[in-house]
Amino acid sequence: MMSADLNIILPEIILSLYALIALVGAVYTGKDNLAPMLVWVTSGVFVVMAIWIGTSGDGSLPAFYGMFQNDAFARFAKVLILISAAAVLVMSEGYMARRDLLRFEYPMLVTLAVVGMMVMVSAGDLMSLYMGLELQSLALYVVASLRRDSVKSTEAGLKYFVLGALSSGLLLYGASLVYGFAGTTLFSGIILAATEGHLTVGLLIGLVLMISGMAFKVSAVPFHMWTPDVYQGSPTPVTAFFATAPKVAAMGLFARVMFDAFGGAIADWSQVIALLAVLSMFLGSFAAIGQTDIKRLMAYSSIAHMGYALIGLAAGTQLGVQNMLIYMAIYVTMNVGTFAFILSMERDGQPVTEVGALGMYSKKSPGRALAMLVLLFSLAGVPPLLGFFAKYGVMLAAVDAGMVWLAVAGVIASVIGAYYYLRIVFLMYFGDEREDALDKPSSSVLSGFLAVSALVIVVAVFNPLGLTVHLQDSAEAAAVSLVN
Amino acid sequence: MIGLEHYLTVAAALFVIGIFGLFLNRKNVIILLMSIELMLLAVNINLVAFSSYLGDLAGQVFTLFVLTVAAAEAAIGLAILVCFFRNRGTIAVEDVNVMKG
Repeated sequence: MMSADLNIILPEIILSLYALIALVGAVYTGKDNLAPMLVWVTSGVFVVMAIWIGTSGDGSLPAFYGMFQNDAFARFAKVLILISAAAVLVMSEGYMARRDLLRFEYPMLVTLAVVGMMVMVSAGDLMSLYMGLELQSLALYVVASLRRDSVKSTEAGLKYFVLGALSSGLLLYGASLVYGFAGTTLFSGIILAATEGHLTVGLLIGLVLMISGMAFKVSAVPFHMWTPDVYQGSPTPVTAFFATAPKVAAMGLFARVMFDAFGGAIADWSQVIALLAVLSMFLGSFAAIGQTDIKRLMAYSSIAHMGYALIGLAAGTQLGVQNMLIYMAIYVTMNVGTFAFILSMERDGQPVTEVGALGMYSKKSPGRALAMLVLLFSLAGVPPLLGFFAKYGVMLAAVDAGMVWLAVAGVIASVIGAYYYLRIVFLMYFGDEREDALDKPSSSVLSGFLAVSALVIVVAVFNPLGLTVHLQDSAEAAAVSLVN
Repeated sequence: MIGLEHYLTVAAALFVIGIFGLFLNRKNVIILLMSIELMLLAVNINLVAFSSYLGDLAGQVFTLFVLTVAAAEAAIGLAILVCFFRNRGTIAVEDVNVMKG
Protein backbone atom coordinates (compact mmCIF):
# COMPACT_ATOMS: atom_id res chain seq x y z
CA MET A 1 0.00 0.00 0.00
CA MET A 2 2.61 2.47 1.14
CA SER A 3 5.06 1.80 -1.67
CA ALA A 4 2.27 2.02 -4.24
CA ASP A 5 1.32 5.40 -2.79
CA LEU A 6 4.92 6.60 -2.91
CA ASN A 7 5.13 5.44 -6.50
CA ILE A 8 2.20 7.67 -7.42
CA ILE A 9 3.80 10.80 -5.96
CA LEU A 10 7.27 9.90 -7.25
CA PRO A 11 7.51 12.94 -9.60
CA GLU A 12 6.83 15.32 -6.70
CA ILE A 13 9.30 13.51 -4.44
CA ILE A 14 12.02 13.59 -7.09
CA LEU A 15 11.49 17.28 -7.77
CA SER A 16 11.61 18.22 -4.07
CA LEU A 17 14.71 16.11 -3.49
CA TYR A 18 16.30 17.71 -6.55
CA ALA A 19 15.53 21.19 -5.21
CA LEU A 20 16.95 20.43 -1.76
CA ILE A 21 20.09 18.67 -3.00
CA ALA A 22 20.84 21.32 -5.60
CA LEU A 23 20.27 24.06 -3.04
CA VAL A 24 22.64 22.58 -0.46
CA GLY A 25 25.10 21.61 -3.18
CA ALA A 26 25.19 25.14 -4.56
CA VAL A 27 25.62 26.65 -1.10
CA TYR A 28 28.70 24.53 -0.43
CA THR A 29 30.32 24.89 -3.85
CA GLY A 30 30.02 27.57 -6.50
CA LYS A 31 27.04 29.58 -5.25
CA ASP A 32 25.93 32.12 -7.87
CA ASN A 33 28.52 30.93 -10.41
CA LEU A 34 26.47 27.77 -10.72
CA ALA A 35 23.26 29.66 -11.36
CA PRO A 36 23.26 29.62 -15.20
CA MET A 37 23.96 25.89 -15.22
CA LEU A 38 21.29 25.27 -12.57
CA VAL A 39 18.72 27.15 -14.63
CA TRP A 40 19.35 24.95 -17.66
CA VAL A 41 19.49 21.73 -15.63
CA THR A 42 16.28 22.64 -13.81
CA SER A 43 14.38 23.31 -17.00
CA GLY A 44 15.78 20.08 -18.42
CA VAL A 45 14.46 18.24 -15.37
CA PHE A 46 11.07 19.91 -15.82
CA VAL A 47 10.85 18.82 -19.45
CA VAL A 48 11.84 15.24 -18.59
CA MET A 49 9.23 15.20 -15.81
CA ALA A 50 6.59 16.58 -18.19
CA ILE A 51 7.33 13.84 -20.73
CA TRP A 52 7.32 11.20 -18.00
CA ILE A 53 3.99 12.38 -16.53
CA GLY A 54 2.48 12.90 -19.97
CA THR A 55 3.24 9.35 -21.09
CA SER A 56 2.68 7.58 -17.77
CA GLY A 57 -0.55 5.96 -18.84
CA ASP A 58 -4.23 6.42 -18.16
CA GLY A 59 -6.53 5.90 -15.26
CA SER A 60 -7.17 7.54 -11.93
CA LEU A 61 -4.81 6.56 -9.16
CA PRO A 62 -5.68 7.86 -5.71
CA ALA A 63 -2.86 7.76 -3.18
CA PHE A 64 -2.83 8.02 0.61
CA TYR A 65 -6.50 7.12 1.04
CA GLY A 66 -7.58 9.69 -1.54
CA MET A 67 -5.59 12.67 -0.23
CA PHE A 68 -3.70 12.81 -3.51
CA GLN A 69 -5.26 12.16 -6.90
CA ASN A 70 -3.28 11.23 -9.95
CA ASP A 71 -5.85 11.35 -12.74
CA ALA A 72 -5.95 12.63 -16.31
CA PHE A 73 -6.92 16.11 -15.09
CA ALA A 74 -3.90 16.34 -12.79
CA ARG A 75 -1.58 15.01 -15.50
CA PHE A 76 -2.82 17.54 -18.06
CA ALA A 77 -2.33 20.45 -15.64
CA LYS A 78 1.06 19.16 -14.50
CA VAL A 79 2.42 18.84 -18.03
CA LEU A 80 1.27 22.38 -18.76
CA ILE A 81 2.79 23.72 -15.54
CA LEU A 82 6.13 21.96 -16.06
CA ILE A 83 6.50 22.96 -19.71
CA SER A 84 5.63 26.61 -19.09
CA ALA A 85 7.90 26.81 -16.03
CA ALA A 86 10.76 25.32 -18.08
CA ALA A 87 10.18 27.81 -20.91
CA VAL A 88 10.10 30.79 -18.55
CA LEU A 89 13.25 29.63 -16.73
CA VAL A 90 15.19 29.39 -19.98
CA MET A 91 13.92 32.80 -21.09
CA SER A 92 14.96 34.45 -17.85
CA GLU A 93 18.56 33.21 -17.84
CA GLY A 94 20.06 35.83 -20.16
CA TYR A 95 18.02 38.73 -18.80
CA MET A 96 18.90 37.98 -15.21
CA ALA A 97 22.56 37.27 -15.87
CA ARG A 98 23.02 40.63 -17.60
CA ARG A 99 21.44 42.47 -14.67
CA ASP A 100 23.33 40.59 -11.97
CA LEU A 101 20.07 39.08 -10.72
CA LEU A 102 20.81 35.46 -11.43
CA ARG A 103 21.15 33.85 -8.03
CA PHE A 104 21.22 30.10 -7.58
CA GLU A 105 18.17 30.30 -5.31
CA TYR A 106 16.01 31.39 -8.23
CA PRO A 107 15.74 28.06 -10.08
CA MET A 108 15.38 26.27 -6.74
CA LEU A 109 12.53 28.51 -5.60
CA VAL A 110 10.84 28.01 -8.94
CA THR A 111 11.23 24.24 -8.52
CA LEU A 112 9.66 24.33 -5.07
CA ALA A 113 6.82 26.50 -6.37
CA VAL A 114 6.28 23.96 -9.16
CA VAL A 115 6.14 21.11 -6.62
CA GLY A 116 3.50 23.11 -4.75
CA MET A 117 1.51 23.59 -7.94
CA MET A 118 1.69 19.88 -8.75
CA VAL A 119 0.31 19.08 -5.30
CA MET A 120 -2.42 21.70 -5.77
CA VAL A 121 -3.78 20.21 -8.97
CA SER A 122 -3.63 16.71 -7.45
CA ALA A 123 -5.21 17.61 -4.12
CA GLY A 124 -7.90 15.24 -2.89
CA ASP A 125 -8.12 16.60 0.62
CA LEU A 126 -8.30 20.00 2.28
CA MET A 127 -4.91 19.41 3.91
CA SER A 128 -3.03 18.56 0.74
CA LEU A 129 -4.78 21.49 -0.94
CA TYR A 130 -3.57 23.87 1.74
CA MET A 131 -0.02 22.52 1.87
CA GLY A 132 0.37 22.66 -1.91
CA LEU A 133 -1.06 26.14 -2.08
CA GLU A 134 1.23 27.45 0.64
CA LEU A 135 4.35 25.81 -0.78
CA GLN A 136 3.62 27.56 -4.07
CA SER A 137 2.70 30.89 -2.48
CA LEU A 138 5.65 31.09 -0.09
CA ALA A 139 8.10 30.43 -2.92
CA LEU A 140 6.38 33.02 -5.10
CA TYR A 141 6.50 35.73 -2.40
CA VAL A 142 10.26 35.34 -2.32
CA VAL A 143 10.80 35.39 -6.09
CA ALA A 144 8.62 38.51 -6.38
CA SER A 145 11.12 40.38 -4.21
CA LEU A 146 14.13 38.76 -5.86
CA ARG A 147 15.71 42.12 -6.70
CA ARG A 148 16.58 42.86 -3.11
CA ASP A 149 18.02 46.32 -3.73
CA SER A 150 15.00 47.70 -5.57
CA VAL A 151 12.17 49.48 -3.79
CA LYS A 152 9.69 48.37 -6.44
CA SER A 153 10.57 44.70 -6.26
CA THR A 154 10.52 44.51 -2.46
CA GLU A 155 7.30 46.49 -2.38
CA ALA A 156 5.79 44.05 -4.88
CA GLY A 157 6.89 41.18 -2.65
CA LEU A 158 5.43 42.83 0.43
CA LYS A 159 2.08 43.55 -1.21
CA TYR A 160 1.91 40.07 -2.65
CA PHE A 161 2.76 38.61 0.74
CA VAL A 162 0.16 40.55 2.72
CA LEU A 163 -2.68 40.03 0.25
CA GLY A 164 -1.66 36.44 -0.45
CA ALA A 165 -1.61 35.65 3.26
CA LEU A 166 -5.06 37.25 3.60
CA SER A 167 -6.40 35.07 0.80
CA SER A 168 -4.85 31.94 2.32
CA GLY A 169 -6.49 32.92 5.61
CA LEU A 170 -9.90 33.26 3.94
CA LEU A 171 -9.49 29.96 2.16
CA LEU A 172 -8.38 28.25 5.36
CA TYR A 173 -11.27 29.63 7.40
CA GLY A 174 -13.60 28.37 4.71
CA ALA A 175 -11.84 25.00 4.78
CA SER A 176 -12.25 24.76 8.56
CA LEU A 177 -16.00 25.39 8.24
CA VAL A 178 -16.29 22.85 5.44
CA TYR A 179 -14.44 20.33 7.62
CA GLY A 180 -16.71 21.02 10.57
CA PHE A 181 -19.97 20.79 8.69
CA ALA A 182 -19.04 17.94 6.37
CA GLY A 183 -17.24 16.01 9.11
CA THR A 184 -14.23 15.16 6.96
CA THR A 185 -11.40 16.84 5.10
CA LEU A 186 -11.49 14.39 2.19
CA PHE A 187 -13.10 15.70 -0.99
CA SER A 188 -14.73 12.31 -1.51
CA GLY A 189 -16.47 12.76 1.86
CA ILE A 190 -17.37 16.41 1.35
CA ILE A 191 -19.13 15.66 -1.92
CA LEU A 192 -21.47 13.29 -0.05
CA ALA A 193 -22.38 16.01 2.46
CA ALA A 194 -22.71 18.83 -0.07
CA THR A 195 -25.69 17.91 -2.23
CA GLU A 196 -27.79 20.12 -4.46
CA GLY A 197 -30.15 22.40 -2.56
CA HIS A 198 -29.30 20.82 0.79
CA LEU A 199 -26.17 22.78 1.64
CA THR A 200 -26.14 23.67 5.31
CA VAL A 201 -25.40 27.30 6.18
CA GLY A 202 -21.95 26.36 7.47
CA LEU A 203 -21.04 24.54 4.27
CA LEU A 204 -22.35 27.43 2.19
CA ILE A 205 -20.27 30.02 4.08
CA GLY A 206 -17.26 27.72 3.86
CA LEU A 207 -17.79 27.31 0.12
CA VAL A 208 -18.04 31.06 -0.43
CA LEU A 209 -14.91 31.75 1.62
CA MET A 210 -12.99 29.06 -0.26
CA ILE A 211 -14.13 30.51 -3.59
CA SER A 212 -12.92 33.97 -2.54
CA GLY A 213 -9.56 32.57 -1.47
CA MET A 214 -9.10 30.80 -4.78
CA ALA A 215 -10.36 33.81 -6.74
CA PHE A 216 -7.47 35.71 -5.14
CA LYS A 217 -5.01 33.18 -6.50
CA VAL A 218 -6.38 33.33 -10.04
CA SER A 219 -6.65 37.14 -9.65
CA ALA A 220 -10.34 37.34 -10.47
CA VAL A 221 -12.15 40.62 -9.78
CA PRO A 222 -12.95 41.72 -7.00
CA PHE A 223 -9.87 39.97 -5.58
CA HIS A 224 -7.41 41.26 -8.17
CA MET A 225 -5.90 44.32 -6.41
CA TRP A 226 -2.47 42.77 -6.00
CA THR A 227 -2.00 41.76 -9.63
CA PRO A 228 -1.02 45.04 -11.36
CA ASP A 229 1.41 46.10 -8.62
CA VAL A 230 3.05 42.69 -8.33
CA TYR A 231 3.37 42.33 -12.10
CA GLN A 232 4.88 45.79 -12.44
CA GLY A 233 7.24 45.63 -9.48
CA SER A 234 8.67 42.13 -9.89
CA PRO A 235 11.63 41.56 -12.22
CA THR A 236 10.24 40.87 -15.71
CA PRO A 237 11.23 37.15 -15.86
CA VAL A 238 9.40 36.65 -12.56
CA THR A 239 6.37 38.45 -13.98
CA ALA A 240 6.48 36.09 -16.95
CA PHE A 241 6.49 33.18 -14.51
CA PHE A 242 3.55 34.62 -12.51
CA ALA A 243 1.52 35.00 -15.69
CA THR A 244 1.88 31.36 -16.72
CA ALA A 245 2.36 28.35 -14.42
CA PRO A 246 0.75 29.66 -11.19
CA LYS A 247 -2.35 30.68 -13.14
CA VAL A 248 -2.71 27.17 -14.57
CA ALA A 249 -2.24 25.68 -11.11
CA ALA A 250 -4.73 28.02 -9.45
CA MET A 251 -7.28 27.38 -12.18
CA GLY A 252 -6.69 23.63 -11.83
CA LEU A 253 -7.16 23.84 -8.07
CA PHE A 254 -10.33 25.87 -8.56
CA ALA A 255 -11.82 23.25 -10.87
CA ARG A 256 -10.61 20.45 -8.60
CA VAL A 257 -12.34 21.83 -5.49
CA MET A 258 -15.50 22.82 -7.33
CA PHE A 259 -16.03 19.45 -8.98
CA ASP A 260 -14.37 16.96 -6.63
CA ALA A 261 -15.67 18.46 -3.39
CA PHE A 262 -18.75 20.45 -4.43
CA GLY A 263 -19.67 18.67 -7.64
CA GLY A 264 -23.04 17.73 -6.13
CA ALA A 265 -24.07 21.35 -5.73
CA ILE A 266 -23.17 22.91 -9.06
CA ALA A 267 -26.18 25.25 -9.11
CA ASP A 268 -25.02 26.73 -5.79
CA TRP A 269 -21.64 27.89 -7.04
CA SER A 270 -21.92 28.34 -10.79
CA GLN A 271 -23.70 31.72 -10.44
CA VAL A 272 -20.96 33.00 -8.10
CA ILE A 273 -18.26 32.00 -10.55
CA ALA A 274 -20.20 33.48 -13.47
CA LEU A 275 -20.27 36.79 -11.57
CA LEU A 276 -16.51 36.61 -10.95
CA ALA A 277 -16.00 35.88 -14.65
CA VAL A 278 -18.09 38.84 -15.85
CA LEU A 279 -16.46 41.28 -13.43
CA SER A 280 -12.94 40.08 -14.36
CA MET A 281 -13.56 40.30 -18.09
CA PHE A 282 -14.94 43.82 -17.95
CA LEU A 283 -12.54 45.26 -15.39
CA GLY A 284 -9.58 43.67 -17.15
CA SER A 285 -10.69 45.14 -20.46
CA PHE A 286 -11.52 48.65 -19.23
CA ALA A 287 -8.67 49.19 -16.79
CA ALA A 288 -5.99 48.14 -19.29
CA ILE A 289 -6.95 50.93 -21.68
CA GLY A 290 -5.18 53.71 -19.81
CA GLN A 291 -2.00 51.78 -18.98
CA THR A 292 1.38 53.02 -20.19
CA ASP A 293 3.50 50.29 -18.62
CA ILE A 294 3.38 47.08 -20.64
CA LYS A 295 3.81 44.85 -17.58
CA ARG A 296 0.84 46.53 -15.89
CA LEU A 297 -1.09 46.16 -19.11
CA MET A 298 -0.31 42.45 -19.18
CA ALA A 299 -1.55 42.22 -15.59
CA TYR A 300 -4.97 43.56 -16.60
CA SER A 301 -4.84 41.36 -19.67
CA SER A 302 -4.31 38.31 -17.45
CA ILE A 303 -7.21 39.38 -15.22
CA ALA A 304 -9.46 39.52 -18.29
CA HIS A 305 -8.18 36.15 -19.55
CA MET A 306 -8.85 34.53 -16.19
CA GLY A 307 -12.39 35.86 -16.57
CA TYR A 308 -12.79 34.02 -19.88
CA ALA A 309 -11.34 30.84 -18.42
CA LEU A 310 -13.77 31.10 -15.50
CA ILE A 311 -16.65 31.07 -18.00
CA GLY A 312 -15.74 27.47 -18.74
CA LEU A 313 -15.79 26.66 -15.04
CA ALA A 314 -19.06 28.51 -14.46
CA ALA A 315 -20.74 26.35 -17.10
CA GLY A 316 -20.29 23.48 -14.66
CA THR A 317 -20.19 20.85 -17.38
CA GLN A 318 -17.63 18.48 -18.78
CA LEU A 319 -17.40 20.56 -21.95
CA GLY A 320 -16.79 23.63 -19.82
CA VAL A 321 -13.85 22.07 -17.98
CA GLN A 322 -12.43 20.71 -21.23
CA ASN A 323 -12.53 24.09 -22.92
CA MET A 324 -11.23 25.82 -19.79
CA LEU A 325 -8.15 23.55 -19.91
CA ILE A 326 -7.66 24.23 -23.61
CA TYR A 327 -8.03 27.94 -22.87
CA MET A 328 -5.28 27.75 -20.27
CA ALA A 329 -2.96 25.88 -22.63
CA ILE A 330 -3.45 28.49 -25.35
CA TYR A 331 -3.20 31.36 -22.87
CA VAL A 332 0.14 30.05 -21.61
CA THR A 333 1.48 29.70 -25.16
CA MET A 334 0.52 33.28 -26.01
CA ASN A 335 1.92 34.65 -22.77
CA VAL A 336 5.27 32.90 -23.15
CA GLY A 337 5.66 34.56 -26.56
CA THR A 338 4.51 37.97 -25.37
CA PHE A 339 6.86 37.94 -22.42
CA ALA A 340 9.75 36.80 -24.63
CA PHE A 341 9.10 40.03 -26.51
CA ILE A 342 8.79 42.18 -23.36
CA LEU A 343 12.01 40.67 -21.95
CA SER A 344 13.91 41.77 -25.04
CA MET A 345 12.68 45.38 -24.87
CA GLU A 346 15.69 47.39 -23.79
CA ARG A 347 17.45 50.67 -24.42
CA ASP A 348 21.20 51.03 -23.80
CA GLY A 349 21.08 47.71 -22.00
CA GLN A 350 18.41 48.90 -19.57
CA PRO A 351 14.99 47.21 -19.55
CA VAL A 352 12.14 49.33 -20.89
CA THR A 353 8.51 48.63 -20.07
CA GLU A 354 6.93 51.75 -21.50
CA VAL A 355 4.38 51.05 -24.23
CA GLY A 356 5.19 54.33 -26.01
CA ALA A 357 8.77 53.17 -26.67
CA LEU A 358 7.39 50.77 -29.30
CA GLY A 359 6.64 53.60 -31.76
CA MET A 360 7.42 52.48 -35.35
CA TYR A 361 9.04 49.31 -34.04
CA SER A 362 8.14 47.55 -37.30
CA LYS A 363 10.65 49.68 -39.21
CA LYS A 364 13.49 48.53 -37.02
CA SER A 365 12.78 44.83 -36.69
CA PRO A 366 9.90 43.84 -38.96
CA GLY A 367 10.06 40.14 -38.11
CA ARG A 368 9.67 40.65 -34.38
CA ALA A 369 6.94 43.22 -34.88
CA LEU A 370 5.07 40.73 -37.06
CA ALA A 371 5.39 37.98 -34.43
CA MET A 372 4.14 40.36 -31.75
CA LEU A 373 1.26 41.38 -34.02
CA VAL A 374 0.20 37.75 -34.33
CA LEU A 375 0.39 37.29 -30.55
CA LEU A 376 -1.55 40.46 -29.79
CA PHE A 377 -4.25 39.61 -32.34
CA SER A 378 -4.49 36.19 -30.79
CA LEU A 379 -4.70 37.65 -27.24
CA ALA A 380 -7.49 39.90 -28.48
CA GLY A 381 -9.26 36.87 -29.93
CA VAL A 382 -9.18 37.75 -33.64
CA PRO A 383 -10.02 34.81 -35.91
CA PRO A 384 -8.48 32.65 -37.34
CA LEU A 385 -5.78 32.69 -34.68
CA LEU A 386 -5.64 30.27 -31.77
CA GLY A 387 -6.82 32.82 -29.21
CA PHE A 388 -10.14 33.07 -31.01
CA PHE A 389 -10.77 29.34 -30.74
CA ALA A 390 -9.92 29.45 -27.03
CA LYS A 391 -12.60 32.08 -26.43
CA TYR A 392 -15.02 30.36 -28.80
CA GLY A 393 -14.65 27.11 -26.84
CA VAL A 394 -15.51 28.53 -23.42
CA MET A 395 -18.42 30.54 -24.80
CA LEU A 396 -19.75 27.49 -26.57
CA ALA A 397 -19.68 25.67 -23.24
CA ALA A 398 -21.57 28.54 -21.59
CA VAL A 399 -24.26 28.52 -24.29
CA ASP A 400 -24.43 24.75 -24.03
CA ALA A 401 -25.10 25.05 -20.29
CA GLY A 402 -27.88 27.57 -20.91
CA MET A 403 -25.90 30.64 -19.85
CA VAL A 404 -26.30 32.66 -23.02
CA TRP A 405 -25.99 35.98 -21.18
CA LEU A 406 -22.53 34.95 -19.98
CA ALA A 407 -21.33 34.24 -23.52
CA VAL A 408 -22.79 37.55 -24.72
CA ALA A 409 -20.99 39.39 -21.92
CA GLY A 410 -17.78 37.61 -22.92
CA VAL A 411 -18.11 38.72 -26.54
CA ILE A 412 -18.75 42.34 -25.53
CA ALA A 413 -15.79 42.34 -23.14
CA SER A 414 -13.47 40.88 -25.76
CA VAL A 415 -14.46 43.60 -28.22
CA ILE A 416 -13.62 46.25 -25.62
CA GLY A 417 -10.41 44.42 -24.72
CA ALA A 418 -9.32 44.30 -28.35
CA TYR A 419 -8.79 48.06 -28.21
CA TYR A 420 -5.69 48.04 -26.05
CA TYR A 421 -4.06 45.11 -27.82
CA LEU A 422 -4.62 46.78 -31.17
CA ARG A 423 -3.29 50.07 -29.79
CA ILE A 424 0.10 48.39 -29.34
CA VAL A 425 -0.09 47.06 -32.90
CA PHE A 426 -0.98 50.56 -34.09
CA LEU A 427 2.00 52.01 -32.23
CA MET A 428 4.36 49.44 -33.72
CA TYR A 429 3.23 50.07 -37.28
CA PHE A 430 1.96 53.65 -37.41
CA GLY A 431 3.12 55.29 -34.16
CA ASP A 432 5.56 58.14 -33.81
CA GLU A 433 9.19 57.20 -34.09
CA ARG A 434 11.06 58.51 -31.09
CA GLU A 435 14.63 59.66 -30.63
CA ASP A 436 15.27 57.16 -27.87
CA ALA A 437 14.31 54.06 -29.84
CA LEU A 438 14.78 50.55 -28.50
CA ASP A 439 18.00 48.63 -29.04
CA LYS A 440 18.26 45.89 -31.59
CA PRO A 441 17.47 42.75 -29.59
CA SER A 442 20.44 40.48 -29.10
CA SER A 443 19.17 37.34 -27.39
CA SER A 444 18.56 34.49 -29.79
CA VAL A 445 16.82 32.45 -27.05
CA LEU A 446 14.14 35.11 -26.63
CA SER A 447 13.72 35.55 -30.38
CA GLY A 448 13.37 31.79 -30.68
CA PHE A 449 10.60 31.63 -28.09
CA LEU A 450 8.83 34.58 -29.69
CA ALA A 451 9.01 33.01 -33.13
CA VAL A 452 7.94 29.54 -32.00
CA SER A 453 5.04 30.88 -29.97
CA ALA A 454 3.79 33.07 -32.85
CA LEU A 455 4.20 30.15 -35.26
CA VAL A 456 2.21 27.83 -33.00
CA ILE A 457 -0.58 30.41 -32.78
CA VAL A 458 -0.86 30.54 -36.56
CA VAL A 459 -0.18 26.93 -37.52
CA ALA A 460 -2.01 25.09 -34.73
CA VAL A 461 -5.34 25.81 -36.43
CA PHE A 462 -4.31 23.46 -39.25
CA ASN A 463 -3.69 20.59 -36.82
CA PRO A 464 -0.01 19.91 -37.65
CA LEU A 465 1.06 16.31 -36.92
CA GLY A 466 -2.30 15.82 -35.22
CA LEU A 467 -1.09 17.85 -32.23
CA THR A 468 -4.17 20.07 -31.95
CA VAL A 469 -6.48 17.08 -31.94
CA HIS A 470 -4.20 15.43 -29.40
CA LEU A 471 -4.50 18.49 -27.15
CA GLN A 472 -8.26 18.33 -27.47
CA ASP A 473 -8.34 14.62 -26.71
CA SER A 474 -6.20 14.94 -23.61
CA ALA A 475 -8.25 17.90 -22.39
CA GLU A 476 -11.37 15.82 -22.92
CA ALA A 477 -9.92 12.88 -21.02
CA ALA A 478 -8.95 15.30 -18.24
CA ALA A 479 -12.44 16.76 -18.09
CA VAL A 480 -14.00 13.29 -18.04
CA SER A 481 -11.80 12.25 -15.12
CA LEU A 482 -12.85 15.35 -13.16
CA VAL A 483 -16.57 15.52 -13.99
CA ASN A 484 -18.09 12.11 -13.57
CA MET B 1 -21.88 24.63 29.70
CA ILE B 2 -19.47 25.74 26.99
CA GLY B 3 -20.34 24.12 23.68
CA LEU B 4 -19.18 24.14 20.09
CA GLU B 5 -20.93 27.41 19.26
CA HIS B 6 -18.97 29.32 21.89
CA TYR B 7 -15.68 28.25 20.36
CA LEU B 8 -16.92 29.08 16.89
CA THR B 9 -18.01 32.52 18.05
CA VAL B 10 -14.62 33.26 19.58
CA ALA B 11 -12.88 32.05 16.41
CA ALA B 12 -15.16 34.13 14.17
CA ALA B 13 -14.55 37.21 16.35
CA LEU B 14 -10.78 36.72 16.21
CA PHE B 15 -10.88 36.17 12.46
CA VAL B 16 -12.86 39.36 11.90
CA ILE B 17 -10.52 41.31 14.18
CA GLY B 18 -7.65 40.00 12.06
CA ILE B 19 -9.28 41.14 8.82
CA PHE B 20 -10.07 44.56 10.27
CA GLY B 21 -6.50 44.82 11.49
CA LEU B 22 -5.31 44.28 7.92
CA PHE B 23 -7.56 46.91 6.39
CA LEU B 24 -7.88 49.62 9.03
CA ASN B 25 -4.28 49.76 10.17
CA ARG B 26 -2.31 52.55 8.47
CA LYS B 27 0.71 52.67 10.76
CA ASN B 28 2.93 49.66 10.75
CA VAL B 29 3.50 46.62 8.56
CA ILE B 30 4.39 44.53 11.63
CA ILE B 31 0.78 44.93 12.73
CA LEU B 32 -0.26 43.40 9.39
CA LEU B 33 1.86 40.35 10.20
CA MET B 34 0.22 40.12 13.62
CA SER B 35 -3.23 40.35 12.04
CA ILE B 36 -2.39 37.54 9.63
CA GLU B 37 -1.22 35.43 12.55
CA LEU B 38 -4.47 36.18 14.38
CA MET B 39 -6.50 34.99 11.39
CA LEU B 40 -4.59 31.72 11.17
CA LEU B 41 -4.93 31.11 14.91
CA ALA B 42 -8.67 31.75 14.71
CA VAL B 43 -8.79 28.99 12.10
CA ASN B 44 -6.91 26.72 14.48
CA ILE B 45 -9.49 27.28 17.22
CA ASN B 46 -12.17 26.37 14.69
CA LEU B 47 -10.37 23.22 13.63
CA VAL B 48 -9.66 21.99 17.15
CA ALA B 49 -13.22 22.74 18.27
CA PHE B 50 -14.67 20.82 15.32
CA SER B 51 -12.20 18.02 15.81
CA SER B 52 -13.20 17.56 19.43
CA TYR B 53 -16.91 17.91 18.61
CA LEU B 54 -16.78 15.37 15.79
CA GLY B 55 -14.43 13.04 17.63
CA ASP B 56 -12.25 13.01 14.51
CA LEU B 57 -8.49 13.57 14.74
CA ALA B 58 -8.06 15.00 11.24
CA GLY B 59 -8.82 18.52 12.44
CA GLN B 60 -6.00 18.45 14.95
CA VAL B 61 -3.58 17.12 12.37
CA PHE B 62 -4.67 19.99 10.13
CA THR B 63 -3.95 22.40 13.01
CA LEU B 64 -0.36 21.18 13.24
CA PHE B 65 0.11 21.79 9.52
CA VAL B 66 -1.39 25.27 9.83
CA LEU B 67 0.92 26.11 12.75
CA THR B 68 3.97 25.05 10.77
CA VAL B 69 2.94 27.01 7.71
CA ALA B 70 2.14 30.07 9.84
CA ALA B 71 5.67 29.99 11.25
CA ALA B 72 7.19 29.75 7.76
CA GLU B 73 4.91 32.51 6.54
CA ALA B 74 5.93 34.85 9.36
CA ALA B 75 9.61 34.18 8.66
CA ILE B 76 9.22 35.00 4.96
CA GLY B 77 7.09 38.05 5.70
CA LEU B 78 9.68 39.45 8.09
CA ALA B 79 12.50 38.75 5.62
CA ILE B 80 10.71 40.65 2.86
CA LEU B 81 9.95 43.42 5.33
CA VAL B 82 13.64 43.76 6.26
CA CYS B 83 14.56 44.08 2.55
CA PHE B 84 11.83 46.66 2.09
CA PHE B 85 13.03 48.64 5.11
CA ARG B 86 16.61 48.70 3.78
CA ASN B 87 15.43 50.23 0.51
CA ARG B 88 12.74 52.55 1.73
CA GLY B 89 13.81 53.40 5.29
CA THR B 90 10.31 53.04 6.69
CA ILE B 91 7.76 50.35 7.43
CA ALA B 92 4.66 52.54 7.61
CA VAL B 93 1.81 51.04 5.61
CA GLU B 94 1.04 54.38 3.93
CA ASP B 95 4.59 54.45 2.53
CA VAL B 96 4.11 51.19 0.63
CA ASN B 97 3.00 53.25 -2.35
CA VAL B 98 5.74 53.48 -4.98
CA MET B 99 3.39 51.81 -7.45
CA LYS B 100 -0.14 53.13 -7.69
CA GLY B 101 -3.01 51.15 -9.04
